[in-house]
Amino acid sequence: MEFLVASAIGIMTAAGLYLVLRLRTFPVILGMSLLTYAVNVFLFASGRLTIGAPPILVKGVETYTDPLPQALVLTAIVISFGMTAVIVMIALGAYLGADDDHVDDPKDDDGQKEDAA
Amino acid sequence: MMHWIIAPVVLPSMLAPFIVLGARYHISIQRTISIAGILAQIAIALGLFVQAADGTVTLYQLSDWAAPFGIVVVGDRLSTLMVLLTAVLALFVMLYAIGSKWDERGRHFHALFQFQLMGIMGAFLTGDLFNLFVFFEVLLIASYGLMIHAGGTARLRAGVQYVLFNLLGSTLFLFALGSIYAETGTLNMADLAERVTLIDPADSVGIRVASVLLLLVFAIKAAVVPLHFWLPSSYAEAPPPVAALFAIMTKVGAYAIIRVYTMIFPPDLEVTAGLHGLWLLPAALISLALGMVGVLAARKLDRLVAFAVIGSMGMVMVSISMFTQESIAAALYYILHSTLAAAALFLIVDLVGAGRANLRLKALPMIPGAALVSGMFFVAAIAMAGLPPLSGFVGKLLILDAAYTTPLMVWTWAIVLSTSLIAVVGFARAGSTVFWKAKSVPVDPPPEPEAGNAAKPVKEAPAPSSLSFVAVGGLLSLTVLLTVFAGQVHGYMTAMSQQLFQPVPYITTVTETPGKLSKPKGYDDKAEGEKAEGAKSGDAAYGAETDGDAKSEEAH
Repeated sequence: MEFLVASAIGIMTAAGLYLVLRLRTFPVILGMSLLTYAVNVFLFASGRLTIGAPPILVKGVETYTDPLPQALVLTAIVISFGMTAVIVMIALGAYLGADDDHVDDPKDDDGQKEDAA
Repeated sequence: MMHWIIAPVVLPSMLAPFIVLGARYHISIQRTISIAGILAQIAIALGLFVQAADGTVTLYQLSDWAAPFGIVVVGDRLSTLMVLLTAVLALFVMLYAIGSKWDERGRHFHALFQFQLMGIMGAFLTGDLFNLFVFFEVLLIASYGLMIHAGGTARLRAGVQYVLFNLLGSTLFLFALGSIYAETGTLNMADLAERVTLIDPADSVGIRVASVLLLLVFAIKAAVVPLHFWLPSSYAEAPPPVAALFAIMTKVGAYAIIRVYTMIFPPDLEVTAGLHGLWLLPAALISLALGMVGVLAARKLDRLVAFAVIGSMGMVMVSISMFTQESIAAALYYILHSTLAAAALFLIVDLVGAGRANLRLKALPMIPGAALVSGMFFVAAIAMAGLPPLSGFVGKLLILDAAYTTPLMVWTWAIVLSTSLIAVVGFARAGSTVFWKAKSVPVDPPPEPEAGNAAKPVKEAPAPSSLSFVAVGGLLSLTVLLTVFAGQVHGYMTAMSQQLFQPVPYITTVTETPGKLSKPKGYDDKAEGEKAEGAKSGDAAYGAETDGDAKSEEAH
């Protein structure tokens, strides 16, 4: 199982990195999502993989999973979800304003500031 | 008195929702609340600063949970100084934003500003790595909003880059935290500092990877060279008051490096020995050189200042990466200086930009209020470039002095001195183009060819308000104060650096202060940490049925 989880994290990270290095916002955002999925699974696995054990310490329970990584993952999921929503909105705004969805700086570098007035 | 240390985090987090919900359509109420909040922050920060000045480490356990299990907030000399610096900077930036009416150009400026302060304060005060991550995210998500404040396509594009880069940084941060947790089983900084010394040096692969990953994350925040790409565009395109506030954000990275790499992974720790000593100093030197060359090469004034920020962060990192007591003290002095100088420069850029068609470095008609603006640019540029009278010079001198005994001394001295020259040339060129050559440019055809104030009667930008000048002047006078009292400030920094290199009081304060451990009756020793049972009133009732209660609580 360790092998499965590890390779899943690896593949997701690799795919995410590839997509992040693309030029347009949509693949880059997809890549970011893949990376955050990978890191969530990674965090989850950082408390060791245990099957069928409760994440809780009670009297009489001998095997239990570490509850802390689960709390961390929950936080990380919430944050990455929010961040993805934000980046989608900003990217959409940039796309609608500039009429292209490249992530690099525009070629002519003639970004006149509108705040001159 | 006990609870004051959490106030810098709680206060803005209370004010921000109130601003959004209660004062949504009343800009003057928002401004009043904002300024009052920041003044209160300064008062609180001063109190904390005085409290920590004698070397006391103040610990605050949230909900009274004991350290490795609960969340802690810790105030020592370094944290409280950074909190004070942030609060003071925020005051002047806010005054400027109000004076220049930047806060009216989009929605929710004041609320986002408060959230940003909350994140920065929290990052400085927290004693837990995962909370450091959370506060990083708080300050980042607020900064995304501030960065694209007032909109505009160029700003949104720069915003996309900024957000994407920081999302990558956050992901890396989580990978680092995951590996640290997998290796040590804790994320509390003090607890970590104790546990990493127990790791077998023969089995240190995981912790070494984690340590380097963490350093990379902080290096992204501090814009050390191979990881600096996010900075120039986003700082140049951000609204100038926001960019001025961002001057403290790179310092959050520097702070985190100082904190983590003096306490958790100190330079003499065996398991991580030799990991960053080899490349951090060269990388910092390169960022210093690249930043200052960027100052010389920039074609727009706002980019020039952004590169000056990279250069000054390079300077800070040069000093930090030597990891000696003297060098950390010098770095801390330089952090104070460069935060104030960079913020002042960004605000001056806005004063210039308000009177010109654009910020390109070419001669354009004179801006309104040019005499004062150019004078302030002169002072700020001297401070930033590190010429004698002002604090930049003192800071560089301290850093050079600290570098005197290191193996890379020749390189450090050569690069620091030559980049200072480059910066002087760069700033001189920019200043003379913007302010002196303006006199020789006739004003555009329609009005009479008189190149002075109020030359364009129709579309003339009004002279900046006096509040803006007060804000910039305040920042600059703080730089002057930093120069005048350099001896005292440096003395305090040395004491701070000593405290950083003797982290035992910090660690014992955090780990040995008693707190709730959740050991209700009926549980054996290892039962701890279940949140639901924490309520004190329930303690007495715990008996035979506790297990059932716990289950039902969990089920909800």
